[in-house]
Amino acid sequence: MSYAKAQSKNVVWDWLTTVDHKKVGILYLAGGAFFFALGGIEAVLMRIQLMFPDMAIVQAQTFNELLTMHGTTMIFLAAMPLLFGFMNFIIPLQIGARDVAFPFLNALGFWLFFFGGLLLYVSLFTGGAPDAGWTAYVPLSSNSPGQGLDYYVLGLQVSGLGTLIGGINFLVTIINMRAPGMSMMRMPLFTWSSFVASMLILFAFPALTIGLLLLMLERLFGATYFAVDFGGNIIIWQHLFWIFGHPEVYILILPAFGIFSEVIPTFAKKRLFGYSAMVFATLIIGFLGFMVWAHHMFTVGMGPVANAIFAVATMAIAVPTGIKIFNWLLTLWGGRIQFTTANLFALGFIPSFVMGGVTGVMLATSAANYQFHDTYFVVAHFHYVIIGGVVFGLFAAAFYWWPKMFGYRLSETLGKWFFWLFLIGFHMTFFVQHFLGLMGMPRRVASFLPGQGLDAMNFISTIGAFLMSIAFIILLIAIFASTKNRDNVQDPWDGRTLEWTVPTPVPEYNFAQTPLVRDLDPYWYEKHEGDGKIKAAEPLGEIHMPNATVLPVTISAGLIVASFGFIYHVLPLIIGGFIITFGAMFVRSIKEDHGYHIPVDVIKRDKEEGK
Amino acid sequence: MKYIWRLLPISFILLLSGCGVENLSALDPQGPVAEMQYSLIQLSLYIMIFVLVVVFAIYIFVIVRFRERPGDTHIPKQVHGNRTLEIIWTTIPILLLLMLAIPNVMDTFTLADMSVDGGVEDGEEIDHVRVEVTAHQFWWEFEYPDLDVVAGQDMYIPTDTRILIELQSSDVQHSFWVPALAGKQDNVPGITNEMWLEAPEEGVFMGKCTELCGPSHWLMDFKVIAVDPDTFDTWATNMAEPPAHLAEPEGQVAVDGRGVFEESCISCHAVGDEGGNIGPDLTNFGEREVIAGYLDYDMDNLEAWLRDTQDLKPGNEMPSFNEEAINAEEMDALLEYLDSLKILEE
Repeated sequence: MSYAKAQSKNVVWDWLTTVDHKKVGILYLAGGAFFFALGGIEAVLMRIQLMFPDMAIVQAQTFNELLTMHGTTMIFLAAMPLLFGFMNFIIPLQIGARDVAFPFLNALGFWLFFFGGLLLYVSLFTGGAPDAGWTAYVPLSSNSPGQGLDYYVLGLQVSGLGTLIGGINFLVTIINMRAPGMSMMRMPLFTWSSFVASMLILFAFPALTIGLLLLMLERLFGATYFAVDFGGNIIIWQHLFWIFGHPEVYILILPAFGIFSEVIPTFAKKRLFGYSAMVFATLIIGFLGFMVWAHHMFTVGMGPVANAIFAVATMAIAVPTGIKIFNWLLTLWGGRIQFTTANLFALGFIPSFVMGGVTGVMLATSAANYQFHDTYFVVAHFHYVIIGGVVFGLFAAAFYWWPKMFGYRLSETLGKWFFWLFLIGFHMTFFVQHFLGLMGMPRRVASFLPGQGLDAMNFISTIGAFLMSIAFIILLIAIFASTKNRDNVQDPWDGRTLEWTVPTPVPEYNFAQTPLVRDLDPYWYEKHEGDGKIKAAEPLGEIHMPNATVLPVTISAGLIVASFGFIYHVLPLIIGGFIITFGAMFVRSIKEDHGYHIPVDVIKRDKEEGK
Repeated sequence: MKYIWRLLPISFILLLSGCGVENLSALDPQGPVAEMQYSLIQLSLYIMIFVLVVVFAIYIFVIVRFRERPGDTHIPKQVHGNRTLEIIWTTIPILLLLMLAIPNVMDTFTLADMSVDGGVEDGEEIDHVRVEVTAHQFWWEFEYPDLDVVAGQDMYIPTDTRILIELQSSDVQHSFWVPALAGKQDNVPGITNEMWLEAPEEGVFMGKCTELCGPSHWLMDFKVIAVDPDTFDTWATNMAEPPAHLAEPEGQVAVDGRGVFEESCISCHAVGDEGGNIGPDLTNFGEREVIAGYLDYDMDNLEAWLRDTQDLKPGNEMPSFNEEAINAEEMDALLEYLDSLKILEE
């Protein structure tokens, strides 16, 4: 046991070995933003190709690789890690905890995700990225030549392990680590929705793990689960993929719903309308999310009974989603709405997402789905819900929590330019795609032929994509130009929840004294019913903290080495990689590491400096 | 105000139906199946536009009425919720969804109904033709089991007849979509799927593969050609028992071309009852509108295609024929012969 602050002087080493949930959160954001940029570049390349008919900026094979990498990147390596970043940073603060339940696993989850993503991207330099779509339908994927799909299988397997670990960690954290008085029904909605999303991760990701394992055995070891000539069945893959894949979209959207449920009350200066209805709607969406996977497979020949059941079940999801929309509207009703950039994204979300929601109900109409399926109508729909929902949520979260995370507010002027350009570009890109699909344009086409009435709308769509790109550049400028505004304000938005009660920058132990929660929106309650200060639930005492450790990086790196061994059939690499991974796990198991304690006088000094 | 509410969905539909090419767009249905799906799309659209109007109206009212005005610092009343409202906005969506779900379930079963007894006991059967559609990377094979016909790329059907389709695949998953006539069903390896369609009017309808199937997925087009039942009978008879000129063409150039065909093509492609079945059947090649599924039918394009198939349709199985394999003279003869493969004219 030591009192020394086990912080390294080397910045790189510090970030490599950190187990602090705030730093891990920032790592997730940085990693997610990196892959988000890559996925964005891929999207723009595809839109340039589709700007005019019969263009050959990239070859058809390359286009298939681009669409595969774009989808895979945006879902697994951008949207989810960015959400994880905010969840990591914010949830412990919102529930009054000093860290997540398992700080070591938290770091491990990040490094698994990041290395898995990098592994996937190595395929670009080794003769071809995966080319069978992010859904990797067999037998196109199992027969795909080259190593691209091997990278897909192993990269996603490793990063999926990280996600699963992260999800379990959030579950345990939220169940066990809440401050006194923070009952489940006093939890902020962001924590609630992250809790439900983590449950979905816990049950959905194993299906993906199994699917990827089967595909790996098929590709690397000649198994025949999906080989029709040997009695295999290709539909198994589609079921496994969508049993994971459909909950996955709720894993993305529920935390975003949570973000809006924080941002809207803050900037409407009003308590969330129908809190308990919101909680139950979230739970119902999470539950129904597991009941509807086969609506991705209406045309695969399941028969009318299955199609009808899954159609009705899918439509049912519109009900709890509608409840949430109306509760947000009623939260705004009678409020004093401030049009900050964060709130603009929340307000832009409502109409954009509702448009994506109604096309979702249209898609759920199984008989009509035979026309919609696998066309640009579907492309339009899921970009409306994922950009209009998840990405808007991420931007709202970024502008909302940025001052807490980095000590400065992002420029509101640039932020508003960013918002409007992005909103217009987004609708311009994707609205016309509904019609393109119905006019006969299948999705995942490397180009389209002239004379089929598809030219004008594809051109409009590409211009919209350019506007979105310009918007992103403005966001980047805003992030760097705003650093001069650094003021370390503790509570910039007149916040309602516990994260605004801790000083900025947040001390590594978060709360000098564990807070006592007396109501929903505890900070708002104390501001208006109490003396504006959160009551402490414990006397000031020394704080036990976990040590930094390099083992998470080591464990993850070992799996990457082993993955290369699998991809290129090099047995020594497989063995070596597993020795690294299991060796590091062994060290972790036998080495006693009791962490360190922060003495009371340091906490007191921090407190005085904080004021 | 009332007028606007009525005009909105109508103008939307006008906007919709003005879009796209007639024989490709799902918004311009040319047969009963596509019409059924289009009316379901319209129904869902009307319900959804109603939802959008309600939400947008509340939304715009709220953000205009309750925006923060300069100098306003009041603290709004902290409302907890309202049970009545929660019940209202739970019940109404359920009713709206039922309005859509019930016709959808009925249509889903209608579209899956492959019976041809016309719904009447001891009644006459509905006129029908069976077609087995096999998808290949990246072309389509149409077999008419009752008529002993195999055709490639162009699916001839008689008008006003129920076409019962069985879908299969020889390699990866594809999907059979003729938007103007019917929504899609997938061609799944190892599984046979069924669907039906009808075309009341004659016409050439564009079909597309909608499941990512490889580099030339976007070029995997086909045609559904609806002709009157008499013409269809002629077509089917000639396809099953090909006229003599297919194997023994008139004119020396075409005869030479037949020689080239027998040397270089016949192991994969059939004309009449002679030839392999690895590539599309070419019995009626001279009547195609397009080459390789998408190139305009002319001799320059045909030569370009034969010379470099990978450039024009990457990843397909057909070899290219350079000058050494087929010299210029032989190529001209081959083109002449292929162009003579017609069974409907005369």
